[in-house]
Amino acid sequence: MQVTRRQFFKLCAAGVGSSSLVALGFAPGEALAEVREFKLARTTETRNTCPYCSVGCGILIYSLGDQAKNSHTEIMHIEGDPDHPVNRGTLCPKGAGLLDFVHSPDRLKRPEYRAPGSKEWQAISWDDAFTRIAKLMKDDRDRNFIAKNDKGETVNRWISTGMLAASASSNETGYLTQKIARSLGMLAFDNQARV
Amino acid sequence: MTNHWVDIKNTDLVLIMGGNAAEAHPCGFKWVTEAKAHRKAKLIVVDPRFTRSAAVSDFYAPIRAGTDIAFLGGVINYLLTHDKIHHEYVKTYTDFSFLVKDEFAFNDGIYSGYNPEKRSYDKSSWGYQIGADGYVVTDPTLQNPRCVYQMMKAHYSRYTPEVVASICGTPKDAFLKVCEMLAETSAPNKTMTIMYALGWTQHSYGSQMIRTGAMVQLLLGNIGAAGGGMNALRGHSNIQGLTDLGLLSNLLPGYMSLPSDAEQDYKAYIEKRAFKPLRPGQLSYWQNYNKFFVSNMKAWWGDAATAENNWCFDWLPKLDKGYDLLQVFENMNQGKVNGYLCQGFNPLASAPCKVKVSGSLAKLKYLVIIDPLATETSEFWQNHGEYNDVDPAKIQTEVFRLPSTCFAEEDGSLVSSSRVLQWHWKAAEPPGDAKGDQEIMAGIFLRLRELYKKDGGAFPDPILNLTWKHRQPHAPSPEELAKEFSGRALKDVTDPKDPTKVLAKAGEQLNGFAELRDDGSTSCGCWIFSGAWTEKGNLMARRDNSDPFGIGQTLNWAFAWPANRRVLYNRASCDPGGKPYDPTRKLIAWDAATGKWGGSDIPDFKPDSPPEDGMNPFIMNPEGVARFFAVDKMAEGPFPEHYEPMESPLAVNPLHPKNALARANPAARVFKEDWATFGKADQFPYVGTTYRLTEHFHFWTKHVRLNAILQPEQFVEIGEDLAKEKGIKAGDHVRVKSNRGFIVAVAVVTKRLRTLDVEGRKVHTVGVPIHWGFMGVAKNGYITNTLTPFVGDANTQTPEFKAFLVNIEKV
Repeated sequence: MQVTRRQFFKLCAAGVGSSSLVALGFAPGEALAEVREFKLARTTETRNTCPYCSVGCGILIYSLGDQAKNSHTEIMHIEGDPDHPVNRGTLCPKGAGLLDFVHSPDRLKRPEYRAPGSKEWQAISWDDAFTRIAKLMKDDRDRNFIAKNDKGETVNRWISTGMLAASASSNETGYLTQKIARSLGMLAFDNQARV
Repeated sequence: MTNHWVDIKNTDLVLIMGGNAAEAHPCGFKWVTEAKAHRKAKLIVVDPRFTRSAAVSDFYAPIRAGTDIAFLGGVINYLLTHDKIHHEYVKTYTDFSFLVKDEFAFNDGIYSGYNPEKRSYDKSSWGYQIGADGYVVTDPTLQNPRCVYQMMKAHYSRYTPEVVASICGTPKDAFLKVCEMLAETSAPNKTMTIMYALGWTQHSYGSQMIRTGAMVQLLLGNIGAAGGGMNALRGHSNIQGLTDLGLLSNLLPGYMSLPSDAEQDYKAYIEKRAFKPLRPGQLSYWQNYNKFFVSNMKAWWGDAATAENNWCFDWLPKLDKGYDLLQVFENMNQGKVNGYLCQGFNPLASAPCKVKVSGSLAKLKYLVIIDPLATETSEFWQNHGEYNDVDPAKIQTEVFRLPSTCFAEEDGSLVSSSRVLQWHWKAAEPPGDAKGDQEIMAGIFLRLRELYKKDGGAFPDPILNLTWKHRQPHAPSPEELAKEFSGRALKDVTDPKDPTKVLAKAGEQLNGFAELRDDGSTSCGCWIFSGAWTEKGNLMARRDNSDPFGIGQTLNWAFAWPANRRVLYNRASCDPGGKPYDPTRKLIAWDAATGKWGGSDIPDFKPDSPPEDGMNPFIMNPEGVARFFAVDKMAEGPFPEHYEPMESPLAVNPLHPKNALARANPAARVFKEDWATFGKADQFPYVGTTYRLTEHFHFWTKHVRLNAILQPEQFVEIGEDLAKEKGIKAGDHVRVKSNRGFIVAVAVVTKRLRTLDVEGRKVHTVGVPIHWGFMGVAKNGYITNTLTPFVGDANTQTPEFKAFLVNIEKV
């Protein structure tokens, strides 16, 4: 009969003397001296890249939760990837604190809206936010789009709305953002590489 | 980086200048440690502060912030006068022998063609002499006084060790010691790497500092070699990728550029960029520009991009001037900008002169923030006491704050400083209702498109026809987008040498940019990333870390652009005959038996061009060689010249004491009202400089508990002499003031910041770490860019954060 460590402790807690259990042949499969299973053993390992500087250190993210429906995946540990040729398992004080970035109390969780002159945020749905932003952008673009300059040359630019893109976002986000911005005729458009 | 992080282990000498890798890039810096331990390499650090990099260096030389061109110009002078240059390399692989136009001149700090009203140059005289055959005229004997070698030698002869010491505050013997150490790497089998970062970019002449460093490396023959190169240590995890993808006001993907108003003709636009070779037998790879451009337009506008409409050339916005961040905030301040979107960018904290930025944001009608964290910019309208003292009732900006995912909650690729595109995988769902950036961008765009479809409006064509072939239109997947920028065949792509041979069938992913065509048969959203996702799959996700040659190349780890090449210009690591200058660190070599170049790297060269054909290594330049003389590429002149920072403790440029025009960078753009915001040394006598700490990353990690514990509170660093003069003790609160505002912080009194002797006077430096603000879990602090001046590099407009004037007092 196989008894896992957890069942074994349960049995003990139920008031049955462990010595008698052992006598009955209910010995646990693992050494009794080990009081707690290594937490990482039951986690999912995901390969990722540190989002801070440009060394591009490989990281391993460990999360609890088995991906089943209703199970909530919780990231509980992040460490350097020993296979990575550049960082070879190491992380700096920033990378070592990544778990607290993921779980920062300042992570934004819901779309918010601040009305002109207001002192506070109010909740807004994604749909309302997208619709309102699209309307503001279209109104501004339709009003201020420059199809031709003073010389009558075709210039097709929109410079009364601008955008700053994120140099910590992925190439895929960056590419999509670039494509959208230029399709709108945007020129007031930069990322952190400018500063 | 021309080279890559692991390659640093192959070097003989490391120069860290304009950066502080031990602190800002610690896990990359370990390769310096490897080189020191296993190759007996030496480390030199030149910096205004005795940094953490300096603490483990073999030699440290102090320097006044903003005087690196004077220092490196002095190095050039030393190398030329002591004949410590790599002769074969400079003679064959650079423009040493090229003749410069007779009209070109340099007088008392100003180059020919200057217009003081416009603060810019007519650069028509900044060029080569072109012969009747259409090629540059050269003098291989290097005797002609108009050859680049002779002109450069004359230019830098003024940069004597005495002049350097006086301008930079570097003791003369320390300067000479650095020169001697650098000079040793002029031996063909010795290399030096230069590692720099924002300490070089954030000056009103930062691009020229980097150029001067590159010139030193060229003289020593260190570009293209293992353990060599000019290695920019980029600041963000994908700042390289976003630059490569062209998310800058004037760029298209892959370093193509948007047309200007004057470029109304598509063919002329292409011809101007598809450089014809300037010397016989040279490759001039940009001749393929049209293939990259047409494929890009096909990726964006699909079937709507046709030969008849010039592949939608007119759909691209044209530039009447630059729209860099500083120009945009200037426009905003003038009330010319109504809307702004900040996607993971916190300009209130990271742009110069907070008072101007804050006032500008308040003039917007709407502001959209997309970020995983609650940034200062998102609450610019909120009163946060002394740290952000504004009245919300007076600010009429409508603000949206949209929560996005962080790295752990998405799939995708990032480009490291090594130019390696590395794929990462999602580990968990984001908190609350946060969405991925792609879904957010799609959400806004698809609604805009719907409005244009329904109601029409200004020039809807590029919006209505933008390619959008996503299985879930509201959430384009990273895989789909990566395949799109890597490129695919729209029709069968055949071998130009053998049209019966199909290289890629219609619908297949392309193998690389060599397969791009200008007839509309290929689609590729970023030509330099081409080959990242082929029919073999996602090469960015490769995880084979084997290193068969033992020099750290790991060609099967992820994917490096371009073409998986790890060291740029690697042809220059071989002599003209195709033999490596140092066979123990072989990158490539010519193999006569197979008629091909090969080795531990992908050749940065035409792979079957034999050495006797005389093609030179710098294939992206129409000259085929590297340039000491930058022709018309730079805003302030073909040879870097020392100028003072816009705010300097010196009233004149010591090199041009009688010419006020040559005090600071004559080509730096300054907006009219900003002149009055610059301070003078009588009121603000100390040099301020800003920087990072190893425990923090910009303005993010003050939201991160562990890092907030490590460095909880804002501080500034001052030297012991200044502390004594001002009666400041360690731990006192001090007010640091510039002409634009002040911050209050704890004083750290340290030996690491020493007083420098500059032009016969004492110059003190005040060090200002950047990481605090009014949001986050660390103690609130002042935004340090309250202090910095609103002026940028004349070429890139990167702000001058590294040298400005302040005063300091005990609170």
